[in-house]
Amino acid sequence: MAAVITDDIVKQFEGTTAVNGISLSVADSEFMVLLGPSGCGKTTLLRIICGLEKQTAGDIVIGGNVVNDLPPRARGVAMMFQSYGLYPHYKVRDNIAFPLRTQRVPSAVIKSKVDWAAELLGITDLLDRRPRQLSGGERQRVALARALVREPTVLLLDEPLSNLDAKLRASARNEIKQFQQRVGTTTIYVTHDQVEAMGMGDRIAVIDHGQVRQIGTPTAIYDDPADRFVATFVGSPPMNIIAWNDGYLGFRPENLLPREMIDGGDVTEFSYHVDRWEYLGSERIVYGKLSGVEAAHEVTAKLPPAHVSMESIRPGEKHAFGVRNNMICYFNRDGARAHRH
Amino acid sequence: MPGIARTIGRETGFYSAVAFFVILAAFPFYWMLITAFKTNADLYDLSNIPFWFNDPPTLDHVKYLFEQTEFARWLLNSAIIGVCVVAITLVTAIPAGYSLTRMAGRSGEALGIGIFLTYLVPPTLLFLPLSRIITVLGLQDSMWSLVLIYPTFTIPFCTWLLMGFFKAIPIEVEEAAIVDGCSIFGAFIKMVLPLSMPAILTVVIFTFTLTLQEFVYALTFISSTAQKTITLGVATDLVRGDIYFWGELMAGALIASVPVAIAYNLFLDRFISGITGGAIK
Amino acid sequence: MVAIADKAVQSRSRFKFILDRPKVLGPIFVAPAILYVLVLVGLPFLLAVYYSVSAYTIYTQSYHFVGLRNFIDIFHSQIFRQTLANTFIFTIGSQIIGLILGKFGALVLLRPFRGRKLVRALIVLPWAVPVALATVAWEWMFDSLYSVINWTLVALHIINRSEAPNWLGNPHLAMLCVIVVNAWRFFPFAIVIFLAGITAVPQDIIDASIVDGAGFWRRNYQIIVPIIAPIVVVGLIFGTVFTFTDLSVVYLLTNGGPVNATQVLGNLGFQIGIQSGDVAHGAAVSLIMLPVLFVLVILMLRFIRRREI
Repeated sequence: MAAVITDDIVKQFEGTTAVNGISLSVADSEFMVLLGPSGCGKTTLLRIICGLEKQTAGDIVIGGNVVNDLPPRARGVAMMFQSYGLYPHYKVRDNIAFPLRTQRVPSAVIKSKVDWAAELLGITDLLDRRPRQLSGGERQRVALARALVREPTVLLLDEPLSNLDAKLRASARNEIKQFQQRVGTTTIYVTHDQVEAMGMGDRIAVIDHGQVRQIGTPTAIYDDPADRFVATFVGSPPMNIIAWNDGYLGFRPENLLPREMIDGGDVTEFSYHVDRWEYLGSERIVYGKLSGVEAAHEVTAKLPPAHVSMESIRPGEKHAFGVRNNMICYFNRDGARAHRH
Repeated sequence: MPGIARTIGRETGFYSAVAFFVILAAFPFYWMLITAFKTNADLYDLSNIPFWFNDPPTLDHVKYLFEQTEFARWLLNSAIIGVCVVAITLVTAIPAGYSLTRMAGRSGEALGIGIFLTYLVPPTLLFLPLSRIITVLGLQDSMWSLVLIYPTFTIPFCTWLLMGFFKAIPIEVEEAAIVDGCSIFGAFIKMVLPLSMPAILTVVIFTFTLTLQEFVYALTFISSTAQKTITLGVATDLVRGDIYFWGELMAGALIASVPVAIAYNLFLDRFISGITGGAIK
Repeated sequence: MVAIADKAVQSRSRFKFILDRPKVLGPIFVAPAILYVLVLVGLPFLLAVYYSVSAYTIYTQSYHFVGLRNFIDIFHSQIFRQTLANTFIFTIGSQIIGLILGKFGALVLLRPFRGRKLVRALIVLPWAVPVALATVAWEWMFDSLYSVINWTLVALHIINRSEAPNWLGNPHLAMLCVIVVNAWRFFPFAIVIFLAGITAVPQDIIDASIVDGAGFWRRNYQIIVPIIAPIVVVGLIFGTVFTFTDLSVVYLLTNGGPVNATQVLGNLGFQIGIQSGDVAHGAAVSLIMLPVLFVLVILMLRFIRRREI
């Protein structure tokens, strides 16, 4: 178990800069999520930490040692790939045993470790099958077993859930998080799915265009975003942004409520022209426009199901809505968070 | 009933076209086949119908081939040359193909095409300087000259073929092996090679057939009968003075053609997908 | 448990990880192939160029530089001029016939039918079997006395026995023969190339054109041909290069005769440079092939790029 530090990592490929000076530090046993849209550089950074790519500038420090010139096998890292990268010509048992074989571990020890890893992930009865005979969820578990079997210092995961069905994803998310807490390995997890990030991470690093926008706990990212990008990337539906004075004002859909639902006076009020709404069972999403206010997109409100006067929110009509002032975020014109009116 | 007539017409037309192509392609081989087994009396009698046996078939020509000519020796020569050239090609082209696919980036693609283009440099241009080089090396009139020279065209072609196959292996398997403790070399040996076995087999067969088919270099470098390859020997040695021993000639051609024809048919689909870069399955 | 982290090595001992470095391993892997090609193709090529501007024969092995005299000599030779023309006729003729046969053959083999596998195996034979052996079979078929072709023509009463042509002995007929044999050799390859191209055309494009009202000919020439053109052109260029520089068919059937009617550059180079030992002039003859090849290679490179899309 060790801490990982990336010190001002820069990576350039033939004319484009994929990673533009990223410094972050992951504490021992921490579950850190690298979150960002496709092409933002998060996977490149992960591969640099792993040793599959060499950075153009900057240092990678694992467990106190600078590992820049070491190949992956000397860094003590294990990686789980997006398409799992299982060895098609080996049985599951040999897939899991492979990292131990390359380290010349004695076979008796290999056998007990493979059994341990298989049991940890509940795939003991799959040991004699081949990867092509497994389902997506089973393959994912084999890949994880293979990564964990040699008890690495750092575990790296590259969007491991993106190839699973939506239903499987939620349970897989849970499993991975539980393992990590049980085994305690320092983990770095790359994803573009902010639900995964929020649900799994101890801390999240939000990355865009090769740079870190914000690092913080899920709460910090969600309630206290550092800029417009972070604010709109995390949260579904995204935060509403409207033009305001010299910059922008943002509030989350669940905070835009009918005026009568909010008690207290520290509220900014709006006249909300409703266009339509969607009934999603556990919540209702309302789409519309705010009078006298400029916004790039439709303004959404997320209402809880129990709201009594739902029937009174009719499309085509204007309604009085409001947002508590302490739920409002202000942004400068350049997108950075401002902390005053 | 005009519909049926039209259908019958179309079907007949179609099968006639099929028959046309089959006869066009295969008749010379049929001719080769029956000539090989016809008695000389039958062959050289103009009043006979040539399309079938008039006297019963005979193995005389085949016997003559094996007993009175160096045919068996030629078969042996070609086999040895084939095996040696395949070995040289494998050892050279497999690493080269892998390196150009995985390790060389943009210039790898260009280098690959460059190597492939040397396949097009004609033997009828190179045979002059090569024959001088062969003489200097003391390999003139020896089948080992061919073992040295044949890889000059098998290596470029096979490197290009293998590049296409290697590209199709998902790189994640190799990267997983690297993270799991292999060096790049280790990942190549333990992952890429086992997974490329079908491609490597194709390369072996293809290379072997290329060496069997070659004629120009064999003709240029080898003159003594005992050193000839099977193709060269059959095409040039079965003539005594001005007299062609057609029966033996056809028998020899037939025996020498059969393995190549079989190999091509078994591996045709693989060859095609290799040549067209996997564009069709 | 193997504590891998403890093995984190100082960057000084670089040799330990030499098999991990693509910048080292890459060149090592490619080196043997490149070496082979440079020494046994590149070097001879330069040597050939040098011979063509020298006075080298195997009798007087002088590397004395003579400028372009060899080339002037051969251009003055009527035999050479005829050879050059013959080579073009031979190549263009056999490629065109081969292409046409290839196109229609591909259409025939396109849809599955009973026995298609066997038919395909038979049709591939001319390409699969060694050139020299197939050519010898044709030599037998064209034999002046026993030609099966003549026998059939006589039997069908199209000609008399006395009118039976001497295929390989008549200058015009001989050229026809070598063209036919080469086209016959080439057309299975052309079929394979066309099939590959046609089956690679996505069915939805064809369906869309049918819905849009395109008939058979329009579909073929305005939709399919442009899409398969790149792959067909690559195949055509292969075939043309090998035909233009060929020696085997002509050597075995006619040896350039009768009276140079079928002489081609490859065979002439062989006769002059190898059989007569006049290396300098032989090299000059062979080098004339280069400009044509060069143009073809440039064309092919352009089409290869398009194909890979």
